[in-house]
Amino acid sequence: MSPRRAHNGGRIDRATRLRFTFDGTAMTGHAGDTLASALLANGISVVGRSFKYHRPRGVFSAGIEEPNALVTVIRGKLREPNIPATQIELYDGLTVESQNRFPSLSFDVGALNSLAGNLFAAGFYYKTFMGPVVGPLKGTRFWMFCEHFIRRAAGLGRAGYEPDTDRYEKMYGFCDVLVVGSGPAGLMAAKRAAATGKRVFLAEQEAEFGGTLRWKSATIDGLPAAEWVAATIAELATLPNVTLLPRTTVWGYYDDNALGALERVSDHKAHAAIGEPRHRHWTIRAGDVVLATGAFERPIVFPGNDRPGIMLASAAARYASEYGVLPGERIAIFANNDSAYEAALALKDAGAEIAAIIDVRAGVSLSARELAREAGAELLLGYAVTSTSGARRLREIEIQPFADGKVKDGATRAIVVDCLAVSGGWSPAIHLASQAGHAPQWDESLRAFLPPSPTQRWTGAGAFTGAFSAAAALGDDHAVNEPEIEYEPAPVFEIHPTGKKSGKAFVDLQHDVTASDIRLAHREGFQSVEHLKRYTTLGMATDQGKSSNVPGLAIMAAARGLPISEVGTTRFRPPFSAVSLGALAADRHGHFKPQRLTPMHDWHLARGARMYAAGLWYRPMIYGAGGETVEQAYVREARAVRASVGIVDVSTLGKIAVQGPDAAEFLDRVYTNMFSTLPVHKARYGLMLREEGIAFDDGTTWRLGEHDFLMTTTTANAGKVMQHLEYYLDCVWPDLRVHVTSVTDEWAGAAVAGPNARRVLEACVESTGVDNDALPFMGIVRGEIAGAPVMICRLSFSGELAYEVYCGAGHGQHVWDALMAAGQPFGIVPYGLEALGTLRIEKGHVTGAEIDGRTSPRDLYLDWMLSKKKPYIGSAMVDREGLVAPDRISLVGIVALDDRPLQGGGHIVEQLGEEPRGSIGHITGFCFSPALGKYIALALVKGGKARHGQRAFVSDPVRNRYGPVEIVSHHFFDPEGSRMHG
Amino acid sequence: MLIACPYCGPRDLSEFTYQGDANRTRPHPMSNDQSAWNAYVYDRVNTAGDHREFWQHSGGCRAHLAVVRSTLTHEIKSVAIARESMNREAAK
Repeated sequence: MSPRRAHNGGRIDRATRLRFTFDGTAMTGHAGDTLASALLANGISVVGRSFKYHRPRGVFSAGIEEPNALVTVIRGKLREPNIPATQIELYDGLTVESQNRFPSLSFDVGALNSLAGNLFAAGFYYKTFMGPVVGPLKGTRFWMFCEHFIRRAAGLGRAGYEPDTDRYEKMYGFCDVLVVGSGPAGLMAAKRAAATGKRVFLAEQEAEFGGTLRWKSATIDGLPAAEWVAATIAELATLPNVTLLPRTTVWGYYDDNALGALERVSDHKAHAAIGEPRHRHWTIRAGDVVLATGAFERPIVFPGNDRPGIMLASAAARYASEYGVLPGERIAIFANNDSAYEAALALKDAGAEIAAIIDVRAGVSLSARELAREAGAELLLGYAVTSTSGARRLREIEIQPFADGKVKDGATRAIVVDCLAVSGGWSPAIHLASQAGHAPQWDESLRAFLPPSPTQRWTGAGAFTGAFSAAAALGDDHAVNEPEIEYEPAPVFEIHPTGKKSGKAFVDLQHDVTASDIRLAHREGFQSVEHLKRYTTLGMATDQGKSSNVPGLAIMAAARGLPISEVGTTRFRPPFSAVSLGALAADRHGHFKPQRLTPMHDWHLARGARMYAAGLWYRPMIYGAGGETVEQAYVREARAVRASVGIVDVSTLGKIAVQGPDAAEFLDRVYTNMFSTLPVHKARYGLMLREEGIAFDDGTTWRLGEHDFLMTTTTANAGKVMQHLEYYLDCVWPDLRVHVTSVTDEWAGAAVAGPNARRVLEACVESTGVDNDALPFMGIVRGEIAGAPVMICRLSFSGELAYEVYCGAGHGQHVWDALMAAGQPFGIVPYGLEALGTLRIEKGHVTGAEIDGRTSPRDLYLDWMLSKKKPYIGSAMVDREGLVAPDRISLVGIVALDDRPLQGGGHIVEQLGEEPRGSIGHITGFCFSPALGKYIALALVKGGKARHGQRAFVSDPVRNRYGPVEIVSHHFFDPEGSRMHG
Repeated sequence: MLIACPYCGPRDLSEFTYQGDANRTRPHPMSNDQSAWNAYVYDRVNTAGDHREFWQHSGGCRAHLAVVRSTLTHEIKSVAIARESMNREAAK
């Protein structure tokens, strides 16, 4: 026998047939089915293999708490693993695979693990693989060797390798009241809040609203519950102040009532509508939150409780009533509370035979007896299920008398059933409350953790608060007709027969944690709930222990001889259930990343520039001319600069206007050198330190007026320097009258460099002279180029006679074109970052590769810039012992003696040995120097200057580059600076 | 977490940058007291409770704010414009 579709009943659309495939087998279901209900309707009992022991497992629940029936959904080449079948709405063409089985679901070689059962107890892998010496493999090396095979054998589904092609989006929602859950309590809360005119969001994780009312037999105000729900939702949908969010799981509760929610917009469709995302992530900021998240039924732990065909009683009833599916033909109920009796009747009404109701209690209420009679079930009070049998599906259960929390010997009775519906009581879904509240409180009568007192603005309603009936949830306004149920369970969490080996009793089905694992953890001293969880992995699977948490704690409490209230529970952390990474990232990836382009960007591209991403900026790396290699291109460009003239786009440099009566004083404090003595229309190179004396950034600052400076920073540090200046003005020197403004985007900049640079400017600059008198080294003039106002400063990064020409960003291309035209007679060459780097390495100028947050000014031989006349940021600490030690790594030049390229990050060693070791420093910048005709580099090496002239070796095991080098001064080229002053 | 910027109103945490402990006193710039400088640069008290700290509204008006926040609950007890509150302190 197997589960099947009932002849009638359920809320599915029997007229609509949907095709789907499971492990390649074609099947059909109906609109309104979940994958789980459709699989049951097709007689499928085994839907997966368990995590560790590879035991056959069937559908266990009907909701998000599902531990067993996890599948991989396949859409084209995309695979999404570990989705509960209970959460997948059936659509035509749905394709899924079962998981963790090899070679197939019905025959799995890993199931041999089950025979070696006791070997795989908690801590097995650590005890076995992490310690011993096995042959040549010592300690953890043995683990590293075995890990690959273990990880393959144990596990869940396999993710795909294809990039995710689905669209995801983010939404920010603001409301007065967010209601989480749309069962009776949630619906009432939404109705009441909506009536006051408040903006209300109603979030329901399932496809339809109503919670248990959709499948319970109750009537409300004379209407069947499901019809009352439909009417209420229809009414709410017409209200402009109500937003209904179906398929939306609120998964995290954050500070100031900010909640994260995931809306599964088109997972239930074969094809998303045009423009529709797959998932939408909501950040909801709510004035108040009503938590009406309901409760999870929990199982009773007993030997053999994981066999396919054993499921939660409420789930069995829901399959029968909502989906018209019989989870079995001959069903037994096993319970410690009344709620399962209602389930028995629902199953009987759908057409199943109820063989027996087995209850651990010696006596039950009259209403429960009446329900049992109506269900036609034999009522076996004071009994417990002590073993089960059946290979791929439950065939038979064995029961024994049970009293005082113990199984009584003898009198075993077997009952032939193909389904066992279990109820061990109810646990309110307090996950969100635990994220936004104090420690949950154990309730001795409901034997469950009730919501804690809040630390944020939320209230609870319905089953979430422990009031499990619909009448309690709906309040006095509505007449509810439902069976009278005593939800308080007997204090029985585990059936533990002694003296008989009857099989494993699973607590956490998904992670294969058994009751004996918990007792083992207790014996080995892992007794606190936090240790228990980590040692056994109880509750750490994808279901996060939604059904296993309380039974696990109860078993530990019994082992320790303490009440559960003293054992406590672990804190629930977000997410409540799985959140797709795609939805969290949404648009913030790939080509949606913002790009910063200089005004001359298109020109660079048109000239064949290969672009280089520098933070968000794009800068030309080289201008490729007909099949050149990168090295050929930058050598040609750099050579042209030294021989005649070149031009480079420097618009990306950070630019900050520093203005105000105290601007000069401020700059004296932030730079190591003096700026108050700088004349108007002159620029000066400046160095900034951090407070602890480490170099932070460098650049030139131009004095445009008495109280008006233009500071330039490196491209990479523009934002950080701005924040640094703002911090000191706001928090350290609030008395200074200075204003700083980022003007990076206002100016376009071009550096014209080379012996012919002045002639190029002479050919195009108007309204000012540019000769040595009008524009001396570090001088600034204002003029015009092709009618556009420009500001020119004579400064040099390349070591050549050079000028930086700045103009309004809107004139950038215009001025650039004019400079190119003026440079034409001199063969002006545009150059990129590689040539710029080559020129600066030849000169020994530092950049971010050397100012790397670890080097002091002395390490870079910039101590000449440290003023002795005034304090500055870092002055008090720059002379600390550790920063002046002679063995610090300091700036040197490196020449490759084997005429082969060097690379950044390569280490410098004194001797080459068999194994890479003994680093005395590393390479920070490298190039082929056209001026020297050699491969050179800058490096930070211990001792620095003291090593000039020494032989050493480069050792770069990653790129397999070894060879002799000479350590030299970092001033490779024109150390006197005669070229730029000329 | 929300911070009520005096200029811009209550804004989400993602608009702000943490700028450090606001209880520190920077030694006099001319001071050579290495232990005082060391304490200023490196020593922090890991307060459990109300903590005065700087936050910059970097995604908004860019003002630095002097915020008192409980490190236990993330409750914001007070927000002031840093420049004004530092000037008031200097005047004392």
